[in-house]
Amino acid sequence: MTAQLRVLRRRIRTVQSTKKITKAMELIATSRISRAQARVEASRPYAREIVKVLSALASAAGTLDDPLLVERENPTRAAVLVLTSDRGLCGGYNANLIRAAEELQELLREEGKSVTLYLIGRKAVSYYTFRGRPIEQSWTGFSEQPSYRDAAAAGEELVRAFLAGVHDGEGAQSDGAGVDELHIVYTEFRSMLTQTPAARRVAPLEVEYVEEDAADSDERPGQRGRAEGPGPLYEFEPDADELLGHLLPKYINTRIYAALLEAAASEQAARRQAMQAATDNATELIQDLTREANRARQGLITQEISEIVGGAEALSAAGSDD
Amino acid sequence: MAEMSVELVAVERAVWSGHATSVFAQTTEGELGILPGHTPLLGELVEGGIVKITTTDRETVTAAVFGGFLSVTGDKVSVLAEAAELAEEIDPQAARDALAQAGSGPEADSVRARSTARLKALGQTA
Repeated sequence: MTAQLRVLRRRIRTVQSTKKITKAMELIATSRISRAQARVEASRPYAREIVKVLSALASAAGTLDDPLLVERENPTRAAVLVLTSDRGLCGGYNANLIRAAEELQELLREEGKSVTLYLIGRKAVSYYTFRGRPIEQSWTGFSEQPSYRDAAAAGEELVRAFLAGVHDGEGAQSDGAGVDELHIVYTEFRSMLTQTPAARRVAPLEVEYVEEDAADSDERPGQRGRAEGPGPLYEFEPDADELLGHLLPKYINTRIYAALLEAAASEQAARRQAMQAATDNATELIQDLTREANRARQGLITQEISEIVGGAEALSAAGSDD
Repeated sequence: MAEMSVELVAVERAVWSGHATSVFAQTTEGELGILPGHTPLLGELVEGGIVKITTTDRETVTAAVFGGFLSVTGDKVSVLAEAAELAEEIDPQAARDALAQAGSGPEADSVRARSTARLKALGQTA
């Protein structure tokens, strides 16, 4: 009986210290969500301006035949960039994301495209390494606080692979040299309580133009004559086509950066939720264990009393027999 | 006096915005001064350059700008930089140290360009 009580008390202490940790992590995550959201907000002005500039350029450049804009005739190779977190303890965040990434890869394979993997975040790296799947390249260590330089590093690598895919043509086997499509899988921050994995294609680009040409944007951009360009007539330094060539990779970088920021906010939100659930469970467990411990203690006392009473009765019985 | 609204935005944050009477920048084609009423223009900025803005209060805002674009439309100027730092945010000593420690190779070249731009924004020479 005493042993049982001691075991229970020890378990209560264990759960209590675990609870302290999860509670602290919950509070930290909560404060980081708002910071992550502020970073998302802070990146908006640039994104807005670059789209404006792109729209202006698109209406001025004679032909939109930049490789980043043109659909390939026979896309056979696709690159998928997967954005997971570096640390765990964030509930189903990484599991959901990797499931979405797997679905996308399945879809691409059904379309007859081979898939090369680019990974961000230690969780994705360990997932694919464990399964022995080839990884083209990976970046880790910044999933919670991504900077633009991190995004640019990944972006440049992807654009390089994409542009390399222009010349080696179809039929070339996937040797990691070039790809025909770029996809990105990340977690969208819907609200504090919902984060959903999302898959987007970043190249060939579908720029969300700000002008009224949204209506005809599903046409193949390369064939669109842009003589009707409304907007002001720009001067360009250097000329429009060259400028476009420089601007598009930057635009892809900003898209990746935006995805990274959103994923970071989602990660914190997912972690807050997971830690909140863990704290609640610990509270419940402590309550149950305390009840059990009290019952054991009470049992111990009852037993002791009945032993004393029994002993006293035995004694007095022995005495009266004399 | 004629004025135009100027926005200096970096990828990670909006750095400065306000009204100005002139903007000076360096594009890949050369140095460029913009006064109100400039023709609409799109330009690419040099990798490590500076942007000087004269505000309507006759103050000068100087910033080190790393790679990016400049867009002028009517009475609005936007500077889109990958990274930008206002002169008062720059630590000259740190920039000098970075410049001195930069080795060789493409990585070091970009460090050097950044540090030089930082010092230029402060009006100092390396």
